[in-house]
Amino acid sequence: MIDLIAHNLAPIMFCSVMAMLLLGYPVAFTLAAGGLAFFVIGVELSPYSNEINLSWPLLQSHPSRVFGIMSNETLLAIPFFTFMGLVLERSGMAEDLLDTVGQLFGPVRGGLALAVVLVGSLLAATTGIVAASVMAMGLISLPIMLRYGYSPAIASGTVVASGTLAQIVPPSLVLIVMADQLGRPVDDMYVGAFVPAMITIGIYCAFVVWFSIFRPGVMPALPLEARKFKGGFGSLAGIIILSVGLALAAQRWGFTSFASETRLVASVSLAALFALCATLLNRKLSLGLMSYLAEEVVIVLIPPLALIFLVLGTIFLGIATPTEGGAMGATGALVLAFIRRRLSYGMLKSALDSTARLAAFVMFILIGARIFGLTFYGINGNLWVEELLLQLPGGQLGFLVFVTLIVFVLGCFLDFFEIAFIVVPLLVPVAAQLGIDLIWFGVILGINLQTSFLTPPFGFSLFYFRSVAPHEDWTDPVTKRRMKAVRTIEIYKGALPFIGLQALVLAIVISFPGLVTHYKDVAPPIPGGIQQNLPGLPGMSGGALPGLPGSPSGGLAPLQLAPLGTSQD
Amino acid sequence: MSLILKISRAIDAVTALFGRYVSWFVLAAVLVSTANAISRKAFNVSSNAWLELQWYLFGAVFMLTAADALRRNAHVRIDIVTSMLSQKTRDVIDLICHITFLMPFCILMSWLSWTFFLRAALSGETSSNFGGLVIWPARFLILLGFVLLLFQAASEIIKRIAVLRGVPIHTPGDDGLDQL
Repeated sequence: MIDLIAHNLAPIMFCSVMAMLLLGYPVAFTLAAGGLAFFVIGVELSPYSNEINLSWPLLQSHPSRVFGIMSNETLLAIPFFTFMGLVLERSGMAEDLLDTVGQLFGPVRGGLALAVVLVGSLLAATTGIVAASVMAMGLISLPIMLRYGYSPAIASGTVVASGTLAQIVPPSLVLIVMADQLGRPVDDMYVGAFVPAMITIGIYCAFVVWFSIFRPGVMPALPLEARKFKGGFGSLAGIIILSVGLALAAQRWGFTSFASETRLVASVSLAALFALCATLLNRKLSLGLMSYLAEEVVIVLIPPLALIFLVLGTIFLGIATPTEGGAMGATGALVLAFIRRRLSYGMLKSALDSTARLAAFVMFILIGARIFGLTFYGINGNLWVEELLLQLPGGQLGFLVFVTLIVFVLGCFLDFFEIAFIVVPLLVPVAAQLGIDLIWFGVILGINLQTSFLTPPFGFSLFYFRSVAPHEDWTDPVTKRRMKAVRTIEIYKGALPFIGLQALVLAIVISFPGLVTHYKDVAPPIPGGIQQNLPGLPGMSGGALPGLPGSPSGGLAPLQLAPLGTSQD
Repeated sequence: MSLILKISRAIDAVTALFGRYVSWFVLAAVLVSTANAISRKAFNVSSNAWLELQWYLFGAVFMLTAADALRRNAHVRIDIVTSMLSQKTRDVIDLICHITFLMPFCILMSWLSWTFFLRAALSGETSSNFGGLVIWPARFLILLGFVLLLFQAASEIIKRIAVLRGVPIHTPGDDGLDQL
């Protein structure tokens, strides 16, 4: 009997810890406790099985593993990007963007939905936190869409799907964590995820346009009385053409002393600065050269766009590390908020507080996962998983299909961070053995999770959305009409087409790896190669214990992450 | 009981204090990192001490606010099953898990971090990077973090028992910042 247990300790441990997680106790501590309990069992059983390599002195490596997590340069980007996103969002960027872009596209059918998709991708890129974008957009734009006659299903579907884009739109922190767990450089991850992200956004937009043509009744144009802009597209086009021309000219003839990459960033920044200054001059001096529409669009859109461009651009081009990029982005967000006079003590404090709390729970899940990992790898659990996965028929494709299904199911009740810290490290060695490009693999996982988060009945974007969508009939404050509550079934219905679109993107990315792997042509081939030769060492370099790699396996659940950035008080 | 509840309240107050002030380190880290990046690019001046200061600050943030996160129930749970149970059952589960999961973890980690810290403190070891910082403060953060967590766990146990016995307890002092 004892022999039987000793030889099957890995599966027993895995299943027991999974069951413990279902107790609803904080994930971080459950993982740690599971790891420690099975450490004791493992040491006691080690005489019975030569698969168990555990002994008491190993425990002493735990503090140094925590120290390793602490000194990890990549993970330092997490608080920076979180803080940047929160500052932008709480300084009213989401409202301003949704309002202006909504007004810009509002006069066409489906315009509001398009605005939601576009602003959603921007929000996702900055905050990278699904809860934050879904809830912010649900609070701000759902009432507007319903007010002007959108069907609740399509309005809900658009908001939920766009808010969930955070999984793959750079520079989302989700990609940082994924890169870290895959043991690949973050900038490669960004470059690799860029095209699939654009494809997803493009497909969403195309769907909205297509739907607005064939089912015009469900997404009407803004009524005349709700339109803030009365024409004036000419001068908007004018300023855009001027700026683009300036950027091209500067790229060609200016900044010649700079390296070519830096020159690109400098030219685009110059053009953005020009557009902004011209617009501000026009407004202050009442020159009347530009329409109100053009002014509003430039003033609201340029600063956040320029900030994201600068952050992403400098990282893509290797001018700044992702961590530096995040820090500068955060400083930039503070400066923007200050210029717009939205930087208050309360706002700053609440952003800092939320960042600290997110950091604490994410990093502690990681610590818990590492403690679980020490034991699990010590009883050869990784080999057990590897054997299991390598037995799958169909080679690369078989593995990908299987992983897609597994991660999809796990994503229904585990949040991104748990999957990244527990499941991904177990999959990485197998993927590497099968010759799968790890960045490509990471992007596939990201799209997959995105789909999973949208899927009824457990997809947790749906939960976040449900918590901000009206539960009861409500009176619209503008039109004074009684509006119906949004029913849960309508939310599900609205999410369905987007799940289909996601599956389509997933199929595209799996069929055309080149969409992702072009990062190899862009990025300098320095750090990636080294780690690739060590497929057994994913995750962070914590304690120096050879053979006890990254942060392995376990599994977890629906985030209780309070609404990141809902309250716009 | 009232004396024990007072102890719990005192622990909560200390934890909350850390939660309130340590989050400013996020801002400090952002500014240090920005300044460092700019000076590296513009003046080609960089120092390992400044680079290391960034993660010292971040380490302080997550190690020292973890206890406050526990107090405010901000650690993620998988409540898909337990959300169907009654509040009382959930309180019992929490109590048992605090004692059997959290306590042993905190005690072990506090004890291990103590020797880990002491070794660095006695030797005055500095980081292996050129011009790096002294290492013991970073290790002290790990120790302090787990000790705070240990005390907070004790406080949570006290509060859970009080709730189960029907004794009224103070709710976590929310400073109006509880929305993450």
